[in-house]
Amino acid sequence: MAKKFKNKTLAWLDYRLPIFSVLREALVDHPTPRNLNYWWNFGSLAGITLVIMIVSGLILSMHYVAHVDLAFDSVEHIMRDVNYGWLIRYIHSVGASMFFLIVYIHIARGLYYGSYKSPREVLWWLGIIIFLLMFATAFLGYTLPWGQMSFWGATVITNLFSAIPLVGDNIVTWLLGGFSIDNPTLNRFYSFHYLLPFIIVGVVFLHIIALHKVGSNNPIGIDLTLKKEKIPFHPYYTIKDFFGFGVFFIIFGIFVFFLPNSLGHPNNYIPADPLVTPEHIVPEWYFLPFYAILRAIPFKLLGVLAMLGSILILFVLPWLDTSKVRSCRFRPIYKQFFWIFIFNFIVLGWVGSKVPEGHYLIISRICTTYYFTHFLIILPILGMFEKTLPVPLNIFKNPRVKKNINK
Amino acid sequence: MIKKIFFIIFSFFFLITSLFAEEKMLLKKQNWSFEGIFGRYDNSTLQRGLQIYQEVCTACHGMKRLRFRELQDLGFTNDQIKQYAKTFEILDGPNELGEMFMRPGEPSDTFVSPYKNKEEAKTTFNGAYPPDLSLLTKTMKNGPDYIYSLLTGYEENLPQDFELTDGLYYNPYHDGKVIAMPPPLYDNVIEYIDGTNASLHQLSFDIVHFLNWAAEPTLQERKSLGLKVLLFLIVLTLLLYVTMKEIWSWIEK
Repeated sequence: MAKKFKNKTLAWLDYRLPIFSVLREALVDHPTPRNLNYWWNFGSLAGITLVIMIVSGLILSMHYVAHVDLAFDSVEHIMRDVNYGWLIRYIHSVGASMFFLIVYIHIARGLYYGSYKSPREVLWWLGIIIFLLMFATAFLGYTLPWGQMSFWGATVITNLFSAIPLVGDNIVTWLLGGFSIDNPTLNRFYSFHYLLPFIIVGVVFLHIIALHKVGSNNPIGIDLTLKKEKIPFHPYYTIKDFFGFGVFFIIFGIFVFFLPNSLGHPNNYIPADPLVTPEHIVPEWYFLPFYAILRAIPFKLLGVLAMLGSILILFVLPWLDTSKVRSCRFRPIYKQFFWIFIFNFIVLGWVGSKVPEGHYLIISRICTTYYFTHFLIILPILGMFEKTLPVPLNIFKNPRVKKNINK
Repeated sequence: MIKKIFFIIFSFFFLITSLFAEEKMLLKKQNWSFEGIFGRYDNSTLQRGLQIYQEVCTACHGMKRLRFRELQDLGFTNDQIKQYAKTFEILDGPNELGEMFMRPGEPSDTFVSPYKNKEEAKTTFNGAYPPDLSLLTKTMKNGPDYIYSLLTGYEENLPQDFELTDGLYYNPYHDGKVIAMPPPLYDNVIEYIDGTNASLHQLSFDIVHFLNWAAEPTLQERKSLGLKVLLFLIVLTLLLYVTMKEIWSWIEK
């Protein structure tokens, strides 16, 4: 039972509704490993970005009009006539990119330090669900300004559902609310774009509950048993997170104020025109690695399955990785494969922005094959044969002191 | 060892990237005063640009997102803008008799297209349609340099084996190297009010400056606010860093 509050009113209320003790447990007392490095800042960064996105989105929605004839004009109205509308809108559009950047780093941190391994599988799953919801939200949101890329990007992506055998075309019609992308599509996309962020908030709460149940992983990747190995969340990690926010806001600010359009496609400043197809339809940068996987495969249905599979495979990652050692620090061979995987992923993103022909197609096929090889072949085999370095007993001990985890 | 391998992989990667780089016309890069972190628009350049837009571009292109009142940014007074707006005829209505009528412009009106609709414009130009210029420089990568290059890039001497259809013009900067817009600017196409020598370079430079302002009138406000915000954030972050170091020193070893 949590300690009682000294203030009588607080104690009275908390006895009946324990919000204060829950908050105190989560944000103040929560025992946290004392050896977390800066890569552990990205969880709270993702959280603050989600808040920024919801608040800026709320303000945008007060001025935006979800109608095919007015959507583009209403966005320009926000940019030109609304007081500081340009600021809110750039925060929201750049913020989407920042959110993905942070979440990609957050996921990479998990991969490097083995944060998905027992007992953190459910925590990991909830993270992947958030990632999938973010994809959906970002895609829906990109449609709303009703520029050329909005329209044609939505056309390409909704068209993917037609790959479903037998009922594919019916499903597309049902999703679009008609036989092509039109006003009903825009309206329902807006509706869902408004809904999904709140579902993300819900899953984020579950993510945090799961995190506080099993505790944070740490750079050494061992279970912490000594009391001295943990420190209270406040003030140590609150101040560290605030410092992280500061650094992040500087980078965010550089993009919002000085490079606001550098991350988007200029074509989206042309109003949507169903009669003019852009030369080259590309999604936003954060979708590119998966877009490359989609297009690497010549059959539409298989391509869609591969793209979905490339994310869904993360759900079984805790069992594909057979090594008992969590952190890369003690896995010299996996560490190299980790960096090759990251490099491969970046190449996938690069090739996803190109027209899939000739060399680009070959590269995208090699990289797609490697992506799945990493999970399906390298990880299971490596865990069985890799000779790991000795893992320390606790974070104070010299790492050379042996503790045999791989029994 | 790992670092070396990565160095090799990365250099190989960049080599491939450069080999695949598509052959493209290099844009004629100009020195725009609105670029960079201290970027600002230049009022006299903008005013010359407005003059070009009004005397040349308006014949075919509208700017439906630009309101007359925004010309304040160029250094005009409210009265000047009211007078200026009155020189435009705006279609309004219906009145109480149910009829549309023409009235003099007001500061809240915009630079509308000279054509009734897209279709009328297309018929006039053999199917090509003069786009609205309000957002033009934002619709492409390196917009200002591209438009400058395009405006100064018309060539009369065609390369060998190049067939030009009637009503099209050769311009290597445009997609497919042909464009339906006749060369809009040439030396002394207008006489500048402020007496500046109206060379093709000057005209193109001024109109692009003006178009970029029209596409992004809040640029100056954005950049100056950005400097203040960043300065604040840097100081705040430094203070947070020092505080963090102090707090973390409390932990017993």
